[in-house]
Amino acid sequence: MKLKILKNAFLISLACLALSACATSKKSGQIQSDVYTGSDTVEYLASGVKDRVFFATNESVLTTAARETLRKQAAWLRKNSKITIVLEGHADERGTREYNLALGERRANAAKDYLMTYGISSNRISVLSYGKERPVDSGSNPLAWSKNRRSVSVKAN
Amino acid sequence: MTRFLLIIFFILVPFKAIALIEVDITRGNLSPLPIAVSPLSIDENSRKNFEKILKQKNIASEISSIVENNLKTSGLFNPLNKDAFLQKPEIANLKPRFEDWNLIKAQALITGKVNFVDEKLRVEFRLWDVLAGKEMMALAFTTVPNNWRRVGHIITDKVYERLTGEQGYFDTRIIYVSEEGPKTKRIKKLAIMDQDGANNKFLTLGNELVLTPRFNPSSQMVTYLSYFRNLPRVYLLDVETGMQEVVGDFPGMTFAPRFSPDGKKIIMSFAKDGNSEIYTMDLENRIVEKITNHPSIDTSPSFSPNGKYICFNSDRSGYQQIYIMNSDGSNVKRISFGKGIYGTPVWSPRGDLIAFTKLHKGKFYIGVMRTDGSGERLLTENFYQEAPSWSPNGRVLIFYRETKTDENGDGFSAKLWSIDLTGYNERLVNTPTDGSDPSWSSLLSN
Repeated sequence: MKLKILKNAFLISLACLALSACATSKKSGQIQSDVYTGSDTVEYLASGVKDRVFFATNESVLTTAARETLRKQAAWLRKNSKITIVLEGHADERGTREYNLALGERRANAAKDYLMTYGISSNRISVLSYGKERPVDSGSNPLAWSKNRRSVSVKAN
Repeated sequence: MTRFLLIIFFILVPFKAIALIEVDITRGNLSPLPIAVSPLSIDENSRKNFEKILKQKNIASEISSIVENNLKTSGLFNPLNKDAFLQKPEIANLKPRFEDWNLIKAQALITGKVNFVDEKLRVEFRLWDVLAGKEMMALAFTTVPNNWRRVGHIITDKVYERLTGEQGYFDTRIIYVSEEGPKTKRIKKLAIMDQDGANNKFLTLGNELVLTPRFNPSSQMVTYLSYFRNLPRVYLLDVETGMQEVVGDFPGMTFAPRFSPDGKKIIMSFAKDGNSEIYTMDLENRIVEKITNHPSIDTSPSFSPNGKYICFNSDRSGYQQIYIMNSDGSNVKRISFGKGIYGTPVWSPRGDLIAFTKLHKGKFYIGVMRTDGSGERLLTENFYQEAPSWSPNGRVLIFYRETKTDENGDGFSAKLWSIDLTGYNERLVNTPTDGSDPSWSSLLSN
């Protein structure tokens, strides 16, 4: 009996270990399917309105999370009809400079197209690609690269 | 302007018809040719005059050092230690005692003389075949004293041409992007320097981001990308006058510019609505032509030296690959089929090869392939490197490398490097600041 209790206690402590391991790996594992899901670098255009969306390597496809962010941006832009924005498209450092300029432009335009389908006029949105020139994270690792693959909506007025 | 004052040179003695010694440039630098660069001789009066004008104690030995350094950097020559030279420079220039030079294993010998004549710099030099005991070449130059470094480069070009049978590349300049500051906020300026790193000069102030400067192959004009007023556009810059202008009137980002081989057109990408296409603009009549037409990214165009073809970078297959097409955009063909992705194709000035950047399994390579994509050869592997540019004779590639940062994101640097087409002779090219996006000029003295 005593032995069984001890054994149970041992099992419980094992489970605790496993849980805490889970918790820590979740904290550093801010990438899902190659897309950044954390909030380290994110800023807000207004309460609850994130300023940026993230992309997978070499991709310009908007993820579910990116579309949700952009819908909130669109709602905010509809409410604040005088505001114009610049969509700044960026790439990570793992590509050639010229291709990355094109890729940044393609990413910013993916965001622009989505905002337009939610009723934002194209003349309120301009696009500016920085390629790999303006990383937010200077790291040379997959997490840093995922934060740098982004399109950021910046108030222009 | 004065920098490019005509350098007058004339042949003292006609060339001998047969090359006695020859440097084999098809192999690497496995056995560089031992060469003795005897310091140029100078009389005391001339030395003092040049010291007054140029603030150089001994202009003659400075010019010799330039020649020696150039020859060494080429990887094809082994300049011998001057301490072992037995014969005095002024006597060697008249008639070398070949036994003395043979003794120190010199196969070739350069001698010469510097004079101050009518406020000008006069330099004569001779190239000798030590084993055969014969003069191979004798030339004299007259120019303004300020051109003294160029005289050293021109002598090297003449020696290189005589001994390798190929055009030299020493009297040339490099334009590049100077970089300073943290990785997240780099300050970038256009900078230009002689091929050996001397005479570095900044051409912009760093107020706006500048990228990818490229020389006109037939003049000292440069095209580059500037973010002036946050509008990334291709610009044209006259290095001598500092005059610049926007190329074309595009309603969006233009980038990845290069000149056509005759210098009359600029080829570049124009990005609109998420799609980058290749365009040319004629600099005389301003006519703009759209060359590619595809919903993928088409960029990094580069003309073949005869102007008939264009190689470029496209992701129309799903990933970045290298393609070639006729100069009117017809007959597009993919040529890169190796493992990995390919970018920055640049056509060799000789026409037979295309240099490129390749990314495979997390490593970046600089390589070359034939223009049909066959014969791929990777010259160097690193964490990050890209953007090769050819020396005007197609023998050497200059490119840039970036370092991996540590776990704190520190330790970033960008440097210029060069490597021979053979894959040998990899060298750091020193710049006063960090550097990237190098472009090699044509020969200044052509």
